[in-house]
Amino acid sequence: MKKRKITPFGVITIVLLSLLTIIFVFPFYWIMTGAFKAQPATIVIPPQWWPTHPTMENFTKLLVQNPAGRWLFNSIFIALVTMILVCVTSSLAGYVLAKKRFYGQKILFSIFIAAMALPKQVVLVPLVRIINFMGIHDTLAAVILPLVGWPFGVFLMKQFSENIPGELLESAKIDGCNELKTFTKIAFPIVKPGFAALAIFTFINTWNDYFMQLVMLTSRENLTISLGVATLQAEMATNYGLIMAGAALAAIPIVTVFLVFQKSFTQGITMGAVKG
Amino acid sequence: MNRINKIRMRETIVSYCFLAPVLLFFFVFVLTPMVMGFVTSFFNYTMTDFTFVGLDNYVRMFTDPVFIKSLKNTLIIVVGSVPITVIFSLFVASQTYEKNVFTRSFFRCVFFLPVVTGSVAVTVVWKWIYDPLSGILNYILKGGHVIDQNISWLGNEKYALWAIIIILLTTSVGQPIILYIAALGNVDKSLVEAARVDGATEFQVFWKIKWPSLLPTTLYIVVITTINSFQCFALIQLLTSGGPNYATSTIMYYLYEKAFKLSEYGYANTMGVFLAVLIACISFAQFKILGNDVEY
Repeated sequence: MKKRKITPFGVITIVLLSLLTIIFVFPFYWIMTGAFKAQPATIVIPPQWWPTHPTMENFTKLLVQNPAGRWLFNSIFIALVTMILVCVTSSLAGYVLAKKRFYGQKILFSIFIAAMALPKQVVLVPLVRIINFMGIHDTLAAVILPLVGWPFGVFLMKQFSENIPGELLESAKIDGCNELKTFTKIAFPIVKPGFAALAIFTFINTWNDYFMQLVMLTSRENLTISLGVATLQAEMATNYGLIMAGAALAAIPIVTVFLVFQKSFTQGITMGAVKG
Repeated sequence: MNRINKIRMRETIVSYCFLAPVLLFFFVFVLTPMVMGFVTSFFNYTMTDFTFVGLDNYVRMFTDPVFIKSLKNTLIIVVGSVPITVIFSLFVASQTYEKNVFTRSFFRCVFFLPVVTGSVAVTVVWKWIYDPLSGILNYILKGGHVIDQNISWLGNEKYALWAIIIILLTTSVGQPIILYIAALGNVDKSLVEAARVDGATEFQVFWKIKWPSLLPTTLYIVVITTINSFQCFALIQLLTSGGPNYATSTIMYYLYEKAFKLSEYGYANTMGVFLAVLIACISFAQFKILGNDVEY
């Protein structure tokens, strides 16, 4: 149908896009190949573009001499639990903010919005004091609990909950559904796509929330995989093979999750940007 | 009247039951630290000391040469990365949004990959790219005869900050591209077609029709990119620790150093308050300036 002439601009665009694709994919490619290179091969010049003598040595070192398996488990545990808590609390809150009329609603929502714009790093110092006070510093809970309080999820779920037809809720009430049942049977199925989007969004963000992990976790066996890799890098900066293997362990699960749930994720990002 | 009030009261009770879990977390882990941070910014607060000092921390902050340098670096990062991010992502999005579903998700994935891979893993590679001896950047530039001696990109005050800005760019265009692709898909196609029929050039179509409807998205992107650039931390902590000679220190990094390495909590919180106010002011100004022509 559409006929497009080949213009100089078009050619430049294609060249430019290809170049950019290479630059953006390169780090990931380099991690995946570097993980299988022996130490000397990682620092030769000219670079070895493909592991000519692939080895599993880096992974064995990583898993035997370092608690990398434990780190991986910690990362998964933190991301999963945060995801569940954020999704449940946010969908409950988003639902009533969108569908109920109650005292203090406007002011509450404004506070949430204001807090959302505030970077959480800014309050990290007092947050660590609170965590210390609760006696949970250097536990996985110290990373999880503060992330649940962040109101982005509430905002996102409010956006999705606006789509629930009021008549449906009314008729459920007339049929004698109680509030909780109305939520689980009527409202929840409608906001499910939002729930999925928020879940995947939270999972990825939590996995990569390096700063929070850095200030909350200290003992070697409590680190997450990203934090573990960062620690290895600080300890043995030139052992690129080992560090790449760690980076691969950190990147593969999350990239897989992203690729599988890409659609939900994209939806979460775009819905979160729509102004309320 | 009583009946309506009664219903509203009932709704209120139900609503707060639904809100209770979020409010609990929000109160303990967001609101309380905010208040604490603000209050302790007026105290000399260290491991051993906790005395009220009024505005001393604020005075100290503005006379602290390292803080001033960090502030300057932070602003360079923001000013350097925000416009490039917007132009770059708009370019990529406008070149890909009309393509088929597969191509579109391909590019979305490509440009989101560094974000998903995570700062730590990406940094590992960039550290090697910039490595003065075995790094690929010096190898390529020497091969192309652009430079004739190895440059220590991260160890040189002249280049270090820009080296970091480049990495920051690769990890920050993912979300704007997704947003622009979505927004471009929502532009009224009949308007675009009509303009093309009337003989408008592609440039005119973009400038007169697409750009105005992209303004709200652009505003949002500018705000989130600004906020993210202000918080630039992980790359710096992992690559340079603020060096050489504080050439790459940002407010966020300096705050971290003061609080978690030197235990000067009060002073660190002062910087936190300053950063929060600065971000609030800039976001507000952006809404005012860019938001003027935006219709919601």
